[in-house]
Amino acid sequence: MVNPFPGKWFRSKAMRMNDVDDIQSGPSSSPKIIRRPPVSSSEASSKSLGLQEFTGSKVQNVNNSGERLDLFDELKRRFLSFKKHKYLEELEHFQTLKEAQSPKFMVIACADSRVCPSTILGFRPGEAFMIRNVANLVPPVESGPSETNAALEFAVKTLEVENILIIGHSCCGGIQTLMSMRDNGDSSFIKSWVTNGKIAKLRTEAAANHLNFDQQCRICEKESINHSLLNLLTYPWIKDRVRKGLLFVHGGYYDFLNCTFEKWTLDFKGSSVEERGRSLVRDQELWC
Amino acid sequence: MAGKFTKCMMLCCSAKEPEDMGSESYEEAIAALSKLLSDKADLGSVAAAKIKQITAELEAAADPTQFDPVKRIETGFFHFKKEKYEKNPNLYGTLAKGQSPKFLVFACSDSRVCPSHILNFQPGEAFMVRNIANMVPPYEKTKYSGVGAAIEYAVLHLKVENIMVIGHSCCGGIKGLMSIPDDGTTSSDFIEQWVSICAPAKTKVKSENNELSFSEQCTNCEKEAVNVSLGNLLTYPFVREAVVKKTLVLKGAHYDFVNGKFDVWNLNFQIIPTLAV
Repeated sequence: MVNPFPGKWFRSKAMRMNDVDDIQSGPSSSPKIIRRPPVSSSEASSKSLGLQEFTGSKVQNVNNSGERLDLFDELKRRFLSFKKHKYLEELEHFQTLKEAQSPKFMVIACADSRVCPSTILGFRPGEAFMIRNVANLVPPVESGPSETNAALEFAVKTLEVENILIIGHSCCGGIQTLMSMRDNGDSSFIKSWVTNGKIAKLRTEAAANHLNFDQQCRICEKESINHSLLNLLTYPWIKDRVRKGLLFVHGGYYDFLNCTFEKWTLDFKGSSVEERGRSLVRDQELWC
Repeated sequence: MAGKFTKCMMLCCSAKEPEDMGSESYEEAIAALSKLLSDKADLGSVAAAKIKQITAELEAAADPTQFDPVKRIETGFFHFKKEKYEKNPNLYGTLAKGQSPKFLVFACSDSRVCPSHILNFQPGEAFMVRNIANMVPPYEKTKYSGVGAAIEYAVLHLKVENIMVIGHSCCGGIKGLMSIPDDGTTSSDFIEQWVSICAPAKTKVKSENNELSFSEQCTNCEKEAVNVSLGNLLTYPFVREAVVKKTLVLKGAHYDFVNGKFDVWNLNFQIIPTLAV
């Protein structure tokens, strides 16, 4: 039996990450400022959260609460480092952000731990409103309410972003599930969700049946981005803004096997972006 | 922007004292950089990447109407490739084969609160779901399968050890929830329906904190909504099972960017035998 969640009790137990530093500073009236080494992205200087343990097999279950405390100690250290080296250094910028956000991008990316757009495209606080879901899918308007279209509505109508960028990536587990699933009746959340990309799977199988499974997955990853881009246009308030040139819709593909990034923009000519079943794109570039 | 430029120059021209920097013209700074690069040619690619980024920033600052979204992400990508990907071949080689993150993180889509910034998550560390107001709907097979898919993948396939739901200050989604009129009329297609997932948090705050200002009520609601989401996580059987087996821990958090604070709290429960007959 799960005890009911006593919200008030947890308030008093909350660890305030800033207070702990003060407690440890000793009896002097001004807290001792503990200089921490700047957090850089290289694993040498920041304690990685268990990455060295990964050897291709699943990480062992951690029942050791001591090790888990280490994990959160590390997060605390990182937050304090962010606060000292970024937040306080760019206080003016963060004060502006406090008032409101006005990002120029809305990004839809996969939840995969390896593909955060803040890392791979260098988005800084305030620049990109971000949705992350399994396989960076956008369901069409007729599929009803979803977390994705609620965020789309907010970004387009309230924040009035100028660009929507859907970013797919190599070795996507969601796309792999889509490509390997059979209609055998057994359902799971994952299968229900990735079915949003079913048309991309059909297109891939029609065009690339002669290729091996991995190659087909690579193609489906890109087909799925295009399919999601078209699904964006099923939302009247998106289509309207794209037609008026107030909103641009882009696709992106991050290949982390070769570290390349491919990008393209949906070309909106008149009333249709599809010609003979292919999306009209322009400004296609490959960065490598 | 200017601050960043100066910092970059300090990185390259390490022999100079910081106080001298302010009085130098940019020509002197560039001359110093050229000299350094002629002495240390291996810094060339690093300098090129940084200069490209500075140029893009200054262009954008000089004429905000000329924002080029493609240029912006192109610069960002090349900076990542040179400064991170190519400098950590072991890490990225391992990640190319698979991911084994210890965290599933729920964070808001808000552009100001990416956990990769505030908690410096590196590639491979956190499977991350971002949606309006970082909400987790209760288990329901047909509606909101996107969230269910992410939790299922993270818990059953990736076998994450921690789920953390991070709320934040000035959350537009929570404000939207708190602003829905009592008669329930909505004006949006999807937003209000989505944020109503955490209606129990609104009810609690309105009944217990009615004397507080609207803005203070919203702050409390941001945290109570995290609690509602943590409770909703337990409605997923595979989450419940892992929590009972102690292979999974649930945490709530709140990032306050107005004051630069970060709170973390636990969802604890114990199975306490009350009767053994």
